[in-house]
Amino acid sequence: MAVAFDEMNIPGGDLRPAYQELARWLKETPPEALEYRRQEAELLFRRIGITFAVYGEAESTERLIPFDVIPRIMSGKEWALLEKGLKQRVRALNMFLRDIYHGRDILRAEIVPDDLIFQNPVFRPEMNGQQVPHDVYVHIAGIDIVRVDANDFIVLEDNARTPSGVSYMLENREIMMRLFPDLFARHRVAPVERYPDELLAALRSVAPLSASSEPTVALLTPGVYNSAYYEHSFLADKLGIELVEGRDLIVKNNEVFMRTTEGLKRVDVIYRRVDDDFLDPLTFRPDSVLGVPGLMSAYAAGNITLANAVGTGIADDKAIYSYMPDIVKFYLGEEPILKNVQTWRCREPKDLAYVLDNLSELVVKEVHGSGGYGMLIGPAATKATIEAFREKLKREPEGFIAQPTLALSTCPTCTASGLAPRHVDLRPFVLTGSKRITIVPGGLTRVALKEGSLVVNSSQGGGTKDTWILDE
Amino acid sequence: MLSRTAENLYWLARYVERAEYLARTIDATLRVTALPAAYIGKTNEWDSALLTAGVAASFYQKYEEANEHNVVDYLSFSVDNPSSIRNCIEAARLNSRSVRTALTSEMWDTINSAWIELQEVWSKGTSTREDLAKFLRFVQETSLRFDGSAYRTMLRNDAYWFSRLGLHLERADNTARILDVKYHVLLPEEEHVGGPLDFYQWSSILRSVSALTAYHWVYRETLKPWLVADLLILNGTLPRSLASCYDNLTRNLDQIGVAYGRQGPAQRHARGIRNRLEHSNMNDIFQHGVHEFIQEFITDNSRLGEIITKQYLI
Repeated sequence: MAVAFDEMNIPGGDLRPAYQELARWLKETPPEALEYRRQEAELLFRRIGITFAVYGEAESTERLIPFDVIPRIMSGKEWALLEKGLKQRVRALNMFLRDIYHGRDILRAEIVPDDLIFQNPVFRPEMNGQQVPHDVYVHIAGIDIVRVDANDFIVLEDNARTPSGVSYMLENREIMMRLFPDLFARHRVAPVERYPDELLAALRSVAPLSASSEPTVALLTPGVYNSAYYEHSFLADKLGIELVEGRDLIVKNNEVFMRTTEGLKRVDVIYRRVDDDFLDPLTFRPDSVLGVPGLMSAYAAGNITLANAVGTGIADDKAIYSYMPDIVKFYLGEEPILKNVQTWRCREPKDLAYVLDNLSELVVKEVHGSGGYGMLIGPAATKATIEAFREKLKREPEGFIAQPTLALSTCPTCTASGLAPRHVDLRPFVLTGSKRITIVPGGLTRVALKEGSLVVNSSQGGGTKDTWILDE
Repeated sequence: MLSRTAENLYWLARYVERAEYLARTIDATLRVTALPAAYIGKTNEWDSALLTAGVAASFYQKYEEANEHNVVDYLSFSVDNPSSIRNCIEAARLNSRSVRTALTSEMWDTINSAWIELQEVWSKGTSTREDLAKFLRFVQETSLRFDGSAYRTMLRNDAYWFSRLGLHLERADNTARILDVKYHVLLPEEEHVGGPLDFYQWSSILRSVSALTAYHWVYRETLKPWLVADLLILNGTLPRSLASCYDNLTRNLDQIGVAYGRQGPAQRHARGIRNRLEHSNMNDIFQHGVHEFIQEFITDNSRLGEIITKQYLI
């Protein structure tokens, strides 16, 4: 594995410009003061109740995601490039989805193989030929980015279904401003606070034609037991919209209403944080109690906008991911600004053979997995784990892809033995409305707190940092 | 607002009010039972604490004897008792989480902090009287803080009114229940009127609804049973009296009615109860029978809860 790119230090002893002020501040600040504020931050998170649940653990597992008080800093120039690349990528994702559920030019051009679409469980035949309001499928995308050197941003994953984490971006900033006003005063940090306004504007802009001029937007949550419930309530609050559960909604004459203390009230746009499978028991899983019976027929009738649209999973599927550079070129005729990680598709015999020969050096992921569950990190795995995985892989090669172990860039992070470099990634949030794409400067930086670890997922012991984009 | 949100706010306020009432009941019972037996007679005060909390039947499925240890445990910490203080706080936090968007941060902070303290400090219950006193104070302070932050920080809209409805309905129920259990000591024809037994019983009743000082301010007299009853039932200036609860309930329901441009059965029913209270005096009530009066009130009051639920919350 290559040496990780250090975002603060240049080999040889110099500092990268974006980190100079931070380094000066750290020198002036005694470690106890830093530790004191770290504890303060943790207390704040607990009091505000910013918790998440970990699936598969016993009850009362409301946990805090560890917060690291050292900000991750990027220059405005770096951000400008990243922003351009993200917009390009998300534009292509939306065009791809529109095409897949309509003309299918990309399949005819044989850029993406048919069976990868039609035999994919996240492909939704219900969406074939279905017009979605304003042709937007992915209104909110969370694109996971890693850095491996000074010049390259690499997309690790396109999250086009119900990406979460934006509440941490906002709360982390809030807490940093509260606890480190002195450090803020020494930087020009681009604000992220307008994210809720941008999100609401984007959601309102995609209201269906049958909506009134003041469309009603609601956020649909699976409920308090969902791992991201805090975020759902946080966003509903910031947007000033109702936080609804399936049982609060009812479909009548193909229109969606919420039950209020004053009777039924029409809803025009649903920012849904419920997976496709659970949206409508009449169309998808009949055992779902989280959804709304009849929602899909109201959707088909064009009376409700779902954000994100149904069936977007086909765009962020890990098998489709490997085709993204071609997808960008096909629809936009441009070279992709953001790179992909080299990916071996285990469905292809040649790739599979390579993967089986090099398991101890690769990261192998389930095509339909997410959240860091069910993956093999070759260099960190025991022989037995690798062998067990080999059998799985041989049994169902089409269920997996493999990637080289990336040397994720590092940032200085508080550890038990003082500041030390830890690996980070970045999830910026890209909003697509009817007319424009917006991204607030920043995102969620996740950090692998264990020394040497490359897994940043909160369910696997990762933490978060505030992400500063310098406004130069 | 969403019916579910209104329902959660309404129950949230009820749970907090109930937790406080239970803490007060335990507190008052501890005081009475600390007296020499000669002063309190042969009644089992812990038994009547269970009765006022409305959990006697389920208690005896678990315990043989109603003594301090068992009753305090059951009312405060038991997971099996759905309306133990612990479960009230748990339920209040769960409700708060479901309606965070409708709470102010001060209200959320109160409930969340209480829930954290419950887990971190009180998860094993209390072992000494001193601990218990601390715990009871913690519960009462939580309720005061919650109530105060709602009063001081909430917008005066339907969210506020529904939460007040929960509070006053629960409060009326609690006051009525204590009267229901203790009415016999309030009857003027009881033989040992004015004896030390009654004095402590009455002051215990007043204490459990935090009205002992108020009594002296209102009547400037020694404790007399009919005046105690008058204070708790008819006196509109005492916040925990039935009359006062109904003043508030009718006002809040009217505010909702005006905001929504529509009156309904809940408004009519509440007004009916308030009018009855307004036109009663203690003589009539004693003539009619305190017990019957209270029983009727409890039924009417829970009927109002059902009507509100049907009209707004589902």
